[in-house]
Amino acid sequence: MRALIASVYLFLYAPIALVVLFSFNAGRSASEFTGFSTQWYGKALNNTFLVAALQNSLIIAFTSATLAAVFGTMAALGMERLSPRTRAVFDALFAAAIVVPGVVIGIATLVALVAVFGVINPAIVGLWPGDKPPQFGLGYGSIIAAHGLFTMALVAMIVKARIASLGRDIVEASADLYATPWTTFHQIVLPQILPSVLAGFLLAFTFSFDDFIVAFFVAGPKTTLPIYVFASIRRGVTPEINAIATMVLVASLFLILIARVLMREKKAKRSTAE
Amino acid sequence: MPLATTTKRNLVTTALLLPSAVWLFIFLVLPFIAMVVFSFGERAPEGGYLPTFTLAQYANLPARAAAYWNTLMLAPVGAFLCLLVAYPAAYYLAVKADPRYRLMLVSLVVVPFWTSLLVRTYAWMYILGSRGIPNLLSMIGIEDVRLLNTPGAVLLGIVYGYLPLMIMPIYVSLEKLDRRLLEASADLGAKPVSTFFSVTLPLSLPGVMTGVALVTILLLGEYLIPQLLGGGKVFFIGNALVDLFLQSRNWPFGSAIAVTLVAVVVVILMVAMRIAWRISGTRQVDLV
Repeated sequence: MRALIASVYLFLYAPIALVVLFSFNAGRSASEFTGFSTQWYGKALNNTFLVAALQNSLIIAFTSATLAAVFGTMAALGMERLSPRTRAVFDALFAAAIVVPGVVIGIATLVALVAVFGVINPAIVGLWPGDKPPQFGLGYGSIIAAHGLFTMALVAMIVKARIASLGRDIVEASADLYATPWTTFHQIVLPQILPSVLAGFLLAFTFSFDDFIVAFFVAGPKTTLPIYVFASIRRGVTPEINAIATMVLVASLFLILIARVLMREKKAKRSTAE
Repeated sequence: MPLATTTKRNLVTTALLLPSAVWLFIFLVLPFIAMVVFSFGERAPEGGYLPTFTLAQYANLPARAAAYWNTLMLAPVGAFLCLLVAYPAAYYLAVKADPRYRLMLVSLVVVPFWTSLLVRTYAWMYILGSRGIPNLLSMIGIEDVRLLNTPGAVLLGIVYGYLPLMIMPIYVSLEKLDRRLLEASADLGAKPVSTFFSVTLPLSLPGVMTGVALVTILLLGEYLIPQLLGGGKVFFIGNALVDLFLQSRNWPFGSAIAVTLVAVVVVILMVAMRIAWRISGTRQVDLV
């Protein structure tokens, strides 16, 4: 039994370890380790296309995760107040946003946006007083919107679970002591849900930062880091790609660890309270 | 409650839900309607969409039969193989593992799921490629082994990529299992093996169902694994969709395929929920 679980961990981590190992390879080889070197990290960070893609990914992940954290938390709070039937509709739509395959979300968003642009852009040309009317197209906005959809659902789910485990009595006690709903919210509810909101933000950030398939459809001319890595892999695996992959892994690991600590804290608090 | 308070309360609720409702409508509901509309259209000569009403796209679905075949064969098989590896692992974590280290061991399983699937899949291109395992095999005299770009490589990638997602729901349902039932079973003279088959396994079925349904559904739209490890020879519906939308720009046909994919996902989800509902009462998955 022990050997079995050990081999599961080996299976899960060995490929990742290989990528990390070969990112430090001195030579170009993908099968023979010829010495330790950090040169590929330097090459990667001096690659302007790569840095541009990284910048795009960071902007997109930060914006969509912020949107998701704010709107997702609001949705979780709002759903508490709904009738069971309306709440079920929201639940189903959020579940759909998470469960529907990324390819389909990407396609649907692409199709809908292009249809909308097809109506809006000619209309603007007719109405615009100046010479150069603005044209709407795919890019930052479309990726952020599409990522915002499923990350918002993710945050709503996480915060909703936290609200469900909150004691109702403390909220009622606050109201009995004549606190206004707003005071109750920011003195009682907010401090308690804040860790899960932050965890939701970090997970949303990671999801958006790692997403390839949705961005692939709606990116238009913009290149995100996963799109860049995907294109590079198809040209051939190099230690430079391994260096990028390692940096991506380390960054997402770091965010996940913080998110998990935040979520565990809430669990620990709950169990000491009991 | 006085009328004024109720109205104010409703206003707050609406304000809280408005942004996400708008988002869900514009980027989920509307796009699906658009996709269905597109699927009844025709491809414009220069690519894209020409508004008409025809069922030609749906009649043409058999042209992509290979993608459907691969997806509908390999996704369930992949999910099943995943289950075979995941169940014992989840069982160990929930029942056998030292409680002091349990949380850490479970975290170690989940962490890879939250890291880039692209990177994790490409690692296997490395291992299975000609300079990886086949290279090692040729050193001991086994020549010309081809691992990459085969259905086997795709299945391996599937098990690897989705293992954490399969382990978690099974772990959750095994962890909730009431230990007293196991003791009762032993007290009544059942051997460990028969306790497992008559108590543990049935009680963990909701978790198994959730895992299999989740993994199968996500696999139906998989693009990266078949693309990187199947080398374009093992085509999934996801690959067909990327091809139709981004290369040949046949949007109506692509929409028709996407609509059927969603239909399959919905059917699987409903069947799985019905079964899970019947077995117990839980449909909860805790991925984080």
